[in-house]
Amino acid sequence: MTPKDFLLHYGRQFGTLIGLLGLVIVLWILTPYFLTISNLLNVAQQTSINAIIAVGMTFVIITAGIDLSVGSIVAFSGVVLASALQAAIPLPIAILIGLVVGAFCGLVNGVLITYGRLPPFISTLGMMSVARGAALLYTGGRPISGFSSGFRYLATGEILYIPVPVIIMVLVYVVAHVVLTRTKLGRYAYAIGGNEEAAVLSGVSVKFYKAMVYGLSGMLSGLAAIILTARLNSAQPIAGMMYELDAIAATVIGGTSLMGGEGRIIGTLIGALIMGVLRNGLNLLGVSSFVQQTVIGSVIIIAVLMDMALKKQRK
Amino acid sequence: MKNDTVLELHHIRKTFPGVVALDDVRFELRRGEVHILLGENGAGKSTLVKILSGAYQKTAGQIILDRQEIDIKSPRHAQELGIAIIYQEFNLVPQLSAGENIFLGQEQIHASGLINQREIIASAQGILDDLGVEIEARKAVSELGVAQQQMVEVAKALSLDARILIMDEPTSALTEQEITELFNTIRRLKQKGVSIIYISHRLEELFEIGDRVTVLRDGKYIDTCNIADVSKSELISMMVNRELKEHFPKLRAARGEEVLRVNGLGINGVLHDIAFSLHRGEVLGIAGLLGSGRTELASSLFGVSRIDSGEIYVKGKRQRIKSPRRAINLGIGLLTEDRKSQGLIMILSTKDNICLPSVERFSRIGFVDTREEIQAATQYVGDLHIKTPSLQQQVMFLSGGNQQKVVISKWLCCQADILIFDEPTRGIDVGSKVEIYHLMNRLTAEGAAIIMISSELPEILGMSDRIMVMNQGRIAGEFSAGEATQEQILHYALEGAA
Repeated sequence: MTPKDFLLHYGRQFGTLIGLLGLVIVLWILTPYFLTISNLLNVAQQTSINAIIAVGMTFVIITAGIDLSVGSIVAFSGVVLASALQAAIPLPIAILIGLVVGAFCGLVNGVLITYGRLPPFISTLGMMSVARGAALLYTGGRPISGFSSGFRYLATGEILYIPVPVIIMVLVYVVAHVVLTRTKLGRYAYAIGGNEEAAVLSGVSVKFYKAMVYGLSGMLSGLAAIILTARLNSAQPIAGMMYELDAIAATVIGGTSLMGGEGRIIGTLIGALIMGVLRNGLNLLGVSSFVQQTVIGSVIIIAVLMDMALKKQRK
Repeated sequence: MKNDTVLELHHIRKTFPGVVALDDVRFELRRGEVHILLGENGAGKSTLVKILSGAYQKTAGQIILDRQEIDIKSPRHAQELGIAIIYQEFNLVPQLSAGENIFLGQEQIHASGLINQREIIASAQGILDDLGVEIEARKAVSELGVAQQQMVEVAKALSLDARILIMDEPTSALTEQEITELFNTIRRLKQKGVSIIYISHRLEELFEIGDRVTVLRDGKYIDTCNIADVSKSELISMMVNRELKEHFPKLRAARGEEVLRVNGLGINGVLHDIAFSLHRGEVLGIAGLLGSGRTELASSLFGVSRIDSGEIYVKGKRQRIKSPRRAINLGIGLLTEDRKSQGLIMILSTKDNICLPSVERFSRIGFVDTREEIQAATQYVGDLHIKTPSLQQQVMFLSGGNQQKVVISKWLCCQADILIFDEPTRGIDVGSKVEIYHLMNRLTAEGAAIIMISSELPEILGMSDRIMVMNQGRIAGEFSAGEATQEQILHYALEGAA
């Protein structure tokens, strides 16, 4: 890629990165503790769950869809995984179960959207409630707690001082970047979101790939459930509330257009980090959580406003 | 300044980052004239028109309206100044009635605070009748045809007291009959003193409706002349600055084996008993009015529309074409009538568009070989002279002609050898048209077979080896290239076989 091509490709993400760096500098000035390695690793760890869910959301939004069910799928996958662990099912198989439950819920979304012709908003809104209800039914409303240290290592462990969730997050992003830029699934996701009709007329099996994208989003929610359950040492049927909004926010701040066809995986990582850094910084500054909500909401709005202004200028 | 001058533009300049779209352009519009704005795509017509309609701001220059220098600040401001524009895509609310659309945003309000519906319909009907068109103001816009919707747009402009009406390719979606009616309306508007800026690529109609013409080329002013004083070839050479010896550089290729045969093909209520064959090396032209079933025929061959009866043989084997994927695998490519909504993914790059149907071929176990993609895209960009600053450039920033070449590249890249071109030169400039014709020659010479659907009779006559005329879902007549005339084709298209 020539530098010019690179700019065409990643120009928008560059802007987000500058935003992130600006935020880091401001927080560094306000509270020197912010820029310590232990705090930064802390931020990365806290960001990892949202960041992983946001990867699936990015794929979905690139196809011009939306997935409101991710938070509920986190809860449902979490409790199924937890009961599998407590039934002494071997760890790798239990983890696989967690992923499969998530992927299954996502695929149901995908099939409803493609073959059932439901708007993604409706289908995933329904799944949001169904999966939440299923999680509550499955557990009778009670959390499932207490797991082996082997499982908890997935959240508490470190490799070369780096927390395991951060390593998982980085791996997910590397793989997702490759999938989005180098595979048929990625290529078609952009095509579907950019112009579904033209994609059909170019021979793309739109229904199949759309269903896959929702399945992927569900599976990544399952992965997030594994980390969350390991971190809390407990699977709660009410876990993951409002996760969908954080994931959408990270995706949109990162420059993925809700209109579809546009977006980069690296942007979503920066978007998730902006949200993580902001939360962490506000905590360090002792800002109340009520104010935090307001600030984060404003950041989302400002980010999108700036994005639109820049785009207009380009045209 | 002459007495009847309404609008004058001097030294208009418009720059975008890195591009000079207009440079020292002048323009003068008189009261009650139809002034044609002519130029290749990218010549600056749309930019100029957008400045007049307030969508863009000029970078430099003077706009003088009624002897007063003004700045047109916004579309709303342009409206207040009496400048209205009718785009190719209409801005109507389909669910509302014609009358409601005409007065949208300027509804008369009762003392009670409610909208005076009866008054709206009555005044709208008055405007429509005045235009001499038969449209019921209470009818929903979604129930109106394209030509009627266009008239609603015109009526809407008049309801705002527009004195300058800009029409962008107003005939592109109209039938011959509707064009005649449109021209009658335009003449009536002239008599009322409305000035019309008219953009079109169809040279024939310019001579019929235009008074004067201003030619732009590469963002520069070339000349303004009376239509009566210029010839078609003079205009063309002004636009492209080179003499086009002939419009249709048709070369005949050797006719090879049969690649497509259709027997008794039908779609209930749409297509009836269609039968024809297509050989390598030939261009089969399909003429017919809008709604004659031409486009439906194309979409049934491409696996988009399900057929109810009949057989399709591709390269000797009977095939059921159930999806575009299947059609593509059989070597069929479809260049759709509507480039923007069906042919291209505007937001994606030139490379991604060219490679989209071929991604399967460039993939091993799901992974796309990007190097192979870039290689292929580079080859077609060079081969077809696609003007783009980079393979990564989004196709929405390319000109119409270059976009069309990207669509053709798509099909060449996935090695289609049965090409269905639905209106291949619609909305593109003369220079690009000729390039597309040359390309068709090359393709047939290399053994491809082409079905060309076109509303432009000269194009059908000029580029086809055989011609099939459709009327109401049936084949009304067939000719070989030499024997057909425009009159004959039009006759069959209008009257059918009987």
